[in-house]
Amino acid sequence: MDKTIVVNIEKCLACKSCEIACALTHSKSKVLEEAVAESPRPQRMVTVEAADEFAVPIQCRHCEAPLCIEICPTGAIQRQNEESPVVVVQDLCIGCKLCMLICPFGVLQIGSERRAIIKCDMCWQRLEDGQEPACVEACPTKALKLVSLQEVTKPKRRAASKQLAKEIKKKSKSKEK
Amino acid sequence: MDPKKRSSDKAAQEMIKQMAEAGIENAWDRLEQQEPQCGFGKLGICCRNCTMGPCRIDPFGDGPQAGVCGATADTIAARNLVRMVAGGAAAHSDHGRDIAHTFKMAVENESCDYTIKDELKLREVAARYGIKVEGRDTKEIASDLSDAVMAEFGKQEGTLVSAAAYPPPARQKVWKEFGITPRSIDREIVEIMHRTHIGVGSDYKNLVKQGLRACLSDGWGGSLIATELSDILFGSPWPIQFGANLGVLDAEQVNIIVHGHEPTLSDIVVAVSQEPELVKMAKDNGAKGINIAGMCCTAIEMLMRHGIPVAGNFLQQELAVMTGVVEVMLVDVQCIMPALGSLSGCFHTRLITTSPKCKIAGAEHIEFHEDKAVETAREIVKIAIENFANRKGKGNIPKVKERGIAGFTTENISYHLGGRFRASYRPLNDNIINGRVRGAAGVVGCNNPKQVHDYGHIAMIKELIKNDVLVVSTGCSAIAAAKAGLMRPEAAAKYCGKGLAEVCETVGIPPVLHVGSCVDNSRILTILANIVAEGGLGDDISDLPVAGAAPEWMSEKAVSIGMYFVASGVYTVIGEPLPVLGAPNLTRYLTDEIEKDIGGKWAFERDPIKAARMMIEHIEKKRDALGINVEKERKLYDMADRRTLTIE
Repeated sequence: MDKTIVVNIEKCLACKSCEIACALTHSKSKVLEEAVAESPRPQRMVTVEAADEFAVPIQCRHCEAPLCIEICPTGAIQRQNEESPVVVVQDLCIGCKLCMLICPFGVLQIGSERRAIIKCDMCWQRLEDGQEPACVEACPTKALKLVSLQEVTKPKRRAASKQLAKEIKKKSKSKEK
Repeated sequence: MDPKKRSSDKAAQEMIKQMAEAGIENAWDRLEQQEPQCGFGKLGICCRNCTMGPCRIDPFGDGPQAGVCGATADTIAARNLVRMVAGGAAAHSDHGRDIAHTFKMAVENESCDYTIKDELKLREVAARYGIKVEGRDTKEIASDLSDAVMAEFGKQEGTLVSAAAYPPPARQKVWKEFGITPRSIDREIVEIMHRTHIGVGSDYKNLVKQGLRACLSDGWGGSLIATELSDILFGSPWPIQFGANLGVLDAEQVNIIVHGHEPTLSDIVVAVSQEPELVKMAKDNGAKGINIAGMCCTAIEMLMRHGIPVAGNFLQQELAVMTGVVEVMLVDVQCIMPALGSLSGCFHTRLITTSPKCKIAGAEHIEFHEDKAVETAREIVKIAIENFANRKGKGNIPKVKERGIAGFTTENISYHLGGRFRASYRPLNDNIINGRVRGAAGVVGCNNPKQVHDYGHIAMIKELIKNDVLVVSTGCSAIAAAKAGLMRPEAAAKYCGKGLAEVCETVGIPPVLHVGSCVDNSRILTILANIVAEGGLGDDISDLPVAGAAPEWMSEKAVSIGMYFVASGVYTVIGEPLPVLGAPNLTRYLTDEIEKDIGGKWAFERDPIKAARMMIEHIEKKRDALGINVEKERKLYDMADRRTLTIE
């Protein structure tokens, strides 16, 4: 996938607005006041974790070579094409939890009905509608962002190139002397 | 998690370990689950006062800088802060009101279970309220005092009588000029709720001003009334030895823990618990006797007057139930964790709520009415006795117990300093002036699982007394000090600097004086007023070399207490910062500029040792300003010098 969610942990205030928005967008009613009374309870798939003085919202990385897809015995975890997020087909999942064990980020969880695994689906329906994922939209400090990999890497490449150029110039100047 | 990272108290560590092994949750676990906590809330920049919101200000500046109504971070944080003051002042003052009602009943109804126990104090307090005492009998005076005190809560005109009768005149002048003389107790709290309603004030300084006025109506009003009337009704405390920590529970006796804040019911429970009939009933049920222990400020009210042991402070309430030997946890109001409801369900412990203001899911409710006090108290003791048979096994009481001396008051301190014939604050003032004692500090306040339990109190107090600063303490802080052995008179030689040790040994007091519960912080105010009145250390509380602190605070009451110390001219250092840090101008005002307006200010410092040093630095600054830090040249007088001396 070209798009990925990045987090600036220095900006995260741990308000958990992303958690609420995630649960809400995956609820039946999609209305906060109604969603809180729904059964099964809407669940969040992003969690804000404490790490020293920081708070880190963490969700599925939608890996390019996902271990969870490889290990799933029923083929419930799937990716339609290389530009699609990794999703769980609820009816195929048997809740064996192998994916939970193997995921290095610990972002898969068992659903509250204890029937199948649930995980971040990158809000693919929202993306199709031209919206950002719910967590990104809800973040009040813009600590969470949806960016293309190009957007992340291009400025870094530029900066690194400039640095190289600078050092070369420095060297050639000292040679002149 | 390592229990040592949760508490510095050995008994608490043991119980925390046991809870972890049993898979039973406590406040520390729940804090972990809450983490990371919301940054907007911590910074005070979330407003829920109307439904155009909730609004939040982005402290990083990318997002919104004003709520829907236009309120800025400073406005929102100031509103939230003064609402905390309102909550705290309301809790203290409503406690005071309840005592005032009991007092009225005791005065009006002769068959009442409550009587006036301290007539001398009654006369002193009545005189303060401008009531004629000479040649009148107790009942007449008490009746007038009851009316005068009741009137303080809801009066519509004039100002608070106690706020004109107790504080130094110079302090009253500062309040008058700044426009914060409290008018009545309830009114100031109501006005906070009005001013923080959508679309009223937005000037943060003006909002803080009302917070100052309301907290004064607490410290010099509601809390002071609670203290004074409790002394009259239940007897003024006198130094008394008490046991502290979970080790005071007794595996062979029926254990009743009284927990909360108001002494009204517990005082009677203590009295009836040793009635022969009930003791016999306990023995018939297989127990050796009836053991009453306390928790939080109810404990303190009981230990100050009866020497009843204290089982622990705020963060030990769940741990006490975990011992498995508590037959009844009897609670009134404030600082009672709702978690006790489900926790007591895991044990034979019966959690009994008694106040119509405080019912808890999972507890049984036996409503307490002052007119049937003895009857209710007996009923509760009987429930405890009957429940003794349901105890499973011997329980696990940590063998950790300390002893200390409590029971110091504004009035009896002068006796301790000067003896019966020369009772006065003079020796204290003199020793501050000559520098043996550098100054005094009030270390008070709660427990907060965000700090290592008790460590903040103990580390701070040790640092202060090591540097010859006399400490007075109340509430959960005082319990922490007692459990650490700092309230033993021997602690003076062990922990104090040379000067303070000398003074403590001479007058026979511990270096940390237990002056009572959290409403009894009013005693600290009146002690400060007495030091000013004794003379030689300036005209106002803000001139004194003193400081206040609440290293482990967590409650709204603590905000009100801190604010009334600041408003009384005291430099006040607290552990967790006030939730205002998202509002830069408000923060600057509270921690700096406010000193110009009222003589006191706030400071935030989580490290208790650093905080203690800040207090010491402030104390030395005040000593410099008083001119008492100047070394006097030692002069040897010969006869000629002596002849020139004149007698003033």
